[in-house]
Amino acid sequence: MTARYSTWFCLTTGAMLLMALLLVIHAGVRTTADRLILRETTDLVRSLELTDLCLFTEASYTRHLSLADLRTPFQEYPLSLEHFPSGSLAAPPPYLTESHAPHP
Amino acid sequence: MPHTLEKQRHIIDFTLASLLRRKGKNGALFTVYTLIVFILASVMFFTYALKEEAALVLKGAPEIVVQRTLQGRYAPIPEEYAAKIKGIRGVMAVRSRVWGYYYDPVFMANYTIMAPESFSLGPGCIALGSGISRMRRAYEGDTISFTGADGKSRNFTISKILPQESQLLSADLILMAESEYREFSGLPPGLASDLTLKVRNPKELSTIAEKVVRLLPDSRPIIRNEILRTYDALFSWRGGLLIIIMSAAVLAFVIFAWDKASGLSAEEKKEIGILKAVGWETSDILFMKFWEGMTVSLTSFLAGTILAYLHIFFTAASLFAPVLKGWSVLYPEFRLTPFINPGQIATLFFLTVVPYTVTTIIPSWRAATIDPDSVLRS
Repeated sequence: MTARYSTWFCLTTGAMLLMALLLVIHAGVRTTADRLILRETTDLVRSLELTDLCLFTEASYTRHLSLADLRTPFQEYPLSLEHFPSGSLAAPPPYLTESHAPHP
Repeated sequence: MPHTLEKQRHIIDFTLASLLRRKGKNGALFTVYTLIVFILASVMFFTYALKEEAALVLKGAPEIVVQRTLQGRYAPIPEEYAAKIKGIRGVMAVRSRVWGYYYDPVFMANYTIMAPESFSLGPGCIALGSGISRMRRAYEGDTISFTGADGKSRNFTISKILPQESQLLSADLILMAESEYREFSGLPPGLASDLTLKVRNPKELSTIAEKVVRLLPDSRPIIRNEILRTYDALFSWRGGLLIIIMSAAVLAFVIFAWDKASGLSAEEKKEIGILKAVGWETSDILFMKFWEGMTVSLTSFLAGTILAYLHIFFTAASLFAPVLKGWSVLYPEFRLTPFINPGQIATLFFLTVVPYTVTTIIPSWRAATIDPDSVLRS
């Protein structure tokens, strides 16, 4: 006797839900296990006084995003096309045009 | 209750048999639907995990970094600025950071060279980021040479490889003694790359930044909160390539929904007419269409989300790597910690499963309320 379609549907959905549950457990276990590594990385950041993630090593303004200035993203002249693919992927720092200078 | 359950099972049996009669069309629908969910969920998992990790590790970043601008560009900052800034009330310590970039013409890669405050590896020794080590196949005990600012090649002994686990921050780093870096890069004594500040009260960071600018108008302070904001907004939903990925996915989904909502095919209408003629009620037909929408959208959602998780956290976002690498020769091989935001998954669920199921039911409800005789004759 072959199983009914509804049985197959319930089994497939149940298997996928179980898989999703296992992945949620995996995420929890990995996050807990990684805490120590992340703490060590934070210590490295503190001791070396690092400011940025090493995500894009193409250009200085994408390597050190938080230290990017007003001019380099435009490659020194207006209407210049972006040279590097990562420049179009990462958003510029939100405070790029803000200044700590006292308002007149 | 068992009767209701059995009735629903029969409707599901019928719905699945009906879907399987149009294997090609529904198979393509399932594949594309799963792909859309996969792309959206992958972007979501990747950006969220990266932002969370950045927020955690960059808590250790300097409280304030002070740069100097000269002729509209960054320039080395005189170390005497440190003494002036130290005089500001609330500043506990000021330290000069000495660092810069190095372009490796052989491997066409950019490195970041730093001279940390406490460097204990001895003369001629350096610590190497694991990314550079992997790329140049240079390991502990090996000798590596770099060309200095004067054009002369210098040999360094690799005394340490920075931990593999910190690649996301240190893949391209080279650490060396300050005196050696100054000699290598040509940075004169009395100048630093920038200054870092330690502040007594973290609530006063903005006030101190303002005082620094007032005292030294050519300086540009960056406070830690701004560094954290940079990575929070890094892959914003509105910026860069993500908007293109998102709009393509959303557009594809809108086409799906439109195709469904704009009406049923003649064959589907005929099927509804026959079902009504043999005694099915309107509610049964609506249940059938509900299960049809639910089967396709729920299985696609679950499959897409599971595949996206495996893609990001088991294969280290291998499909995104070519986009993220860009032209970089040196790229960190990092393994993200699976930080998951349940709110985002719920949003994805409500943006994909619910609209699809609703758009499947509405046209069927219209067809199911028409007289079966007229449906069969049309």
